[in-house]
Amino acid sequence: MQMVNPVMTASGTFGYGIEFADLVDLSQIGGIIMKGTTLNPREGNDYPRMAETASGMLNCVGLQNKGVDYFCQHIYPQVKDIPSNMIVNVSGSSPDDYAECAARINQLDNIPAIELNISCPNVKQGGMAFGVTTEGASQVVRAVRRAYDKTLIVKLSPNVTSIADIARSVEDAGADAVSLINTLMGMAVDIERRKPRLSINTGGLSGPAVKPVALRCVWQVAKAVRIPVIGLGGIMTAEDAIEFFMVGASAIEIGTGNFIDPAISVKVAQGISDWLDRHGCNTLDEIRGVI
Amino acid sequence: MKQCKDLKIVAVERPNDGYVLLKLMDAEPLPEIRAGQFVEIKVDNSPSTFLRRPISVNFVDEARNELWLLIQIVGEGTRHLARLQAGDSLNVLFPLGNGFSQGVAGERVLLVGGGVGIAPLLEYAKQLRQVGATPYLLLGGRSAGNLLQLDLFRQYGEVYMTTEDGSMGEQGFVTNSSLSTLHSSLFSRISCCGPKPMMQAVARWAKQHQVRCEVSLENLMACGLGACLCCVEKTVRGNVCVCKEGPVFGIEALTWS
Repeated sequence: MQMVNPVMTASGTFGYGIEFADLVDLSQIGGIIMKGTTLNPREGNDYPRMAETASGMLNCVGLQNKGVDYFCQHIYPQVKDIPSNMIVNVSGSSPDDYAECAARINQLDNIPAIELNISCPNVKQGGMAFGVTTEGASQVVRAVRRAYDKTLIVKLSPNVTSIADIARSVEDAGADAVSLINTLMGMAVDIERRKPRLSINTGGLSGPAVKPVALRCVWQVAKAVRIPVIGLGGIMTAEDAIEFFMVGASAIEIGTGNFIDPAISVKVAQGISDWLDRHGCNTLDEIRGVI
Repeated sequence: MKQCKDLKIVAVERPNDGYVLLKLMDAEPLPEIRAGQFVEIKVDNSPSTFLRRPISVNFVDEARNELWLLIQIVGEGTRHLARLQAGDSLNVLFPLGNGFSQGVAGERVLLVGGGVGIAPLLEYAKQLRQVGATPYLLLGGRSAGNLLQLDLFRQYGEVYMTTEDGSMGEQGFVTNSSLSTLHSSLFSRISCCGPKPMMQAVARWAKQHQVRCEVSLENLMACGLGACLCCVEKTVRGNVCVCKEGPVFGIEALTWS
């Protein structure tokens, strides 16, 4: 997969790209990872689904989407000619679910990759359940690998004891790359109402608040696997991105930052290039994994 | 077409301690804005405020190329906005959402506002007048301090008021007194913006009297663009984004009882 730059937009934060077309030049984004897609339609969780927290936010959207067939018939025709890498984020509640969903997306010529979400903290069945054990993770990846022959990225959860172990297991099961971190499980309370702020009590924390955790995870995983590592978690500036490259990331994703500045991905990409120029670096390889 | 840009603050008015009115100007002509659409503003220099703040468009002064935002000061973000001064700039993502129904010449529309929900009704009253419709305004608040811009509202239509403490207009809620005295034959439909319990009460009244009714919701939201799926409302079509499919919904689309 060729990329115009190493910056992608994270799943669930950039819609299908089309929502942002007025506001940013989509051709200048390395890759657009579209919202989570499942085999069957999902209504998601009840409202309220988000709470602002210090330097971040919690969400419990719960993978609301209209299912893979709707994607193929109605969304794909709208996105297939966007001049970026249009990547589908795939989720499921069983290895067969994941594999079937991936097989249908495999048929779409202009989708060069999928990102497998084995790390969603907001659904009862599946999601993160697969991503928190090496057996669960490799089981899903093996099933999808048999059904999918293009680039397979696996998105990892930080809500585990050893993320490096999980990364190694998905590498062994056939993943082409890993992306991390998904959100950290968190909670917020409305003390006047004496109730959680989120409908399902807990949610996933994202934004600058999680960046130190994300960097630590990327550093550990980059040391543990040979496949490319895509870093994400709280990136708001080019300098944030450079930190991720220095701990071993090959590319990065921007998530929550898209809500603050719809054009943040292009600005960060430009900022990375400027930083490299200022520091006399010809390529990212000169700083990648220096720590 | 949506834009994300810095607008210049040309005036800051403080009608009272609870509100701030920001008047913003753009060097280029403002895009077409429908009444009921909203903006998402970036709050700078406030460490505890991370996400943009969705604020309804209060008024567009075409002659001066100004966009007005009437903001109720409720938390850290809005407190910071209240400290802005003329000459500062504000980063604004706009115009967002669908807006109220476009008016039809000759129709008579009751606009019901509660609290800061009266803000978008000023622009709507103006736009209704521009197409030859007649707006009637029913504005409710806790007390007189919540009923702002009355002189401007009166330029566009008859204004009826209620306050919970009786400090201005009739005492009570918009629903229990005034709405029932405004005879339904006076208007052909209702547009409503305010606290959810008030809008639900207005919606019930409208259903009972078989009057068409639309409401503007203000669910908590993040992106404002239909991407994050945080601000959903249950509708007859399932969960939909208030920021993109709304904020204005016909009550028949909602699952309110």
